[in-house]
Amino acid sequence: MKSYIGTAVFCVGLFGAVASAIIHGGPIARAAEQKSAAQSVSIDNFSFTPKEITVAAGTTITWVNRDDVPHTVVSPDKKFRSKALDTDDQFSFTFTDAGTYSYFCSVHPTMTGKIIVK
Amino acid sequence: MGNIIKENLNPDGIDRRGFLKCMAWAGTGTLCVMQGGVLKSFAFGPGSKIDQAAMKGDFAFAQISDSHIGFNKAANPDVTATLREAISKLNALPQSPEFVLHTGDLTQLSKAEEFDTLDQSLKSVRTDRVYYVPGEHDVLNDNGVQYRERYGKDTKGDGWYSFDHKGVHFVGLVNVLNLKAGGLGSLGNDQLEWLEDDVRHLKSSTPIVVFAHIPLWTIYPEWGWGTDDSQQALSYLKKFGSVSVLNGHIHQVMQKVEGNVTFHTAMSTAFPQPAPGQAASPGPMKVPDDKLRSVLGITDINFIRGKHTLAVVDSPLAGG
Repeated sequence: MKSYIGTAVFCVGLFGAVASAIIHGGPIARAAEQKSAAQSVSIDNFSFTPKEITVAAGTTITWVNRDDVPHTVVSPDKKFRSKALDTDDQFSFTFTDAGTYSYFCSVHPTMTGKIIVK
Repeated sequence: MGNIIKENLNPDGIDRRGFLKCMAWAGTGTLCVMQGGVLKSFAFGPGSKIDQAAMKGDFAFAQISDSHIGFNKAANPDVTATLREAISKLNALPQSPEFVLHTGDLTQLSKAEEFDTLDQSLKSVRTDRVYYVPGEHDVLNDNGVQYRERYGKDTKGDGWYSFDHKGVHFVGLVNVLNLKAGGLGSLGNDQLEWLEDDVRHLKSSTPIVVFAHIPLWTIYPEWGWGTDDSQQALSYLKKFGSVSVLNGHIHQVMQKVEGNVTFHTAMSTAFPQPAPGQAASPGPMKVPDDKLRSVLGITDINFIRGKHTLAVVDSPLAGG
């Protein structure tokens, strides 16, 4: 009887180790991290969509203007500032530091958005 | 041919109820003229003749706005053509405008070639001079450096200034720079201080005309149609018996009378925008091709000495 218990414990331990390897270090996990390294925000109908987005540090956000009028992406804290973006123009910024970054369109200042970097 | 409005309830000579009634008719093709304390209205369009002697003023000037040279999307693929039509209309006015006010958004993207095309087009206006104030589209990327190089001679700060014409004091204000997140148009403290000083010594009987791009009254804050600190500016003008405020930015005619102040916005010569709240956003509005010229236009303004208000007529490019 002693040997059965020993084998059962060993099997459970082995299963635990394998499961842990799958969760923390396998190929599926690496693909998920790469996917979150780039995100996009659409500028549409005088709005930033999504208006608020939470991303991991190191993510590059790309804003794309889909409106018929130019817009800008400006941080009032002077962290980033795009040139005027005409229709289909893009602006990208990589957020290396954690924090909350509010921004707005300096041409149409009622348009505001927020990037939360964790 | 004119309808006389008989109610004159105020001792100061301003027939407010009549004026407001007249304003309700005004829009395209109606002229409201104060003559001898009595308000007269004249409708004009293809089927009616206007009695030019009856509506003659001391001088006439015109307002055009929002030419957006460089815009080429569905709402109007050729804004230079519609600007040229607006200029033809200016040149055909019964009383030649002594000058023209352009209330901003000269260009779409503040590009040199866009400013050039505008200047080229305006050369054919039959008038002595064109005065400008910038729109937010004219100060992209450089905070207005290029705009001021071209149109900012003799202006102060970001491009504000005043001038006198036959006893009327005109003030051009800039409310499209240093805009704050979540805010509306902004005049800023430097400009407000300058304005207070500029009008301080004027007699209260001096008629005042203020022109700026973004409306100086709150029309629809959700779309940025207003100016955060305009109340302070207007407070410096309280002593004057006649104040007219001419704006652009919203690409449609809106009017309001508040005490001694008459507010008026102009149509665009490029493309219309929706009425407040009538669309998801205030962007360029596509209308059927045969309707476009009926929602673009110019504004003709007559000053009649001794009267409290300007005679303002908005004319569409077609169908008015």
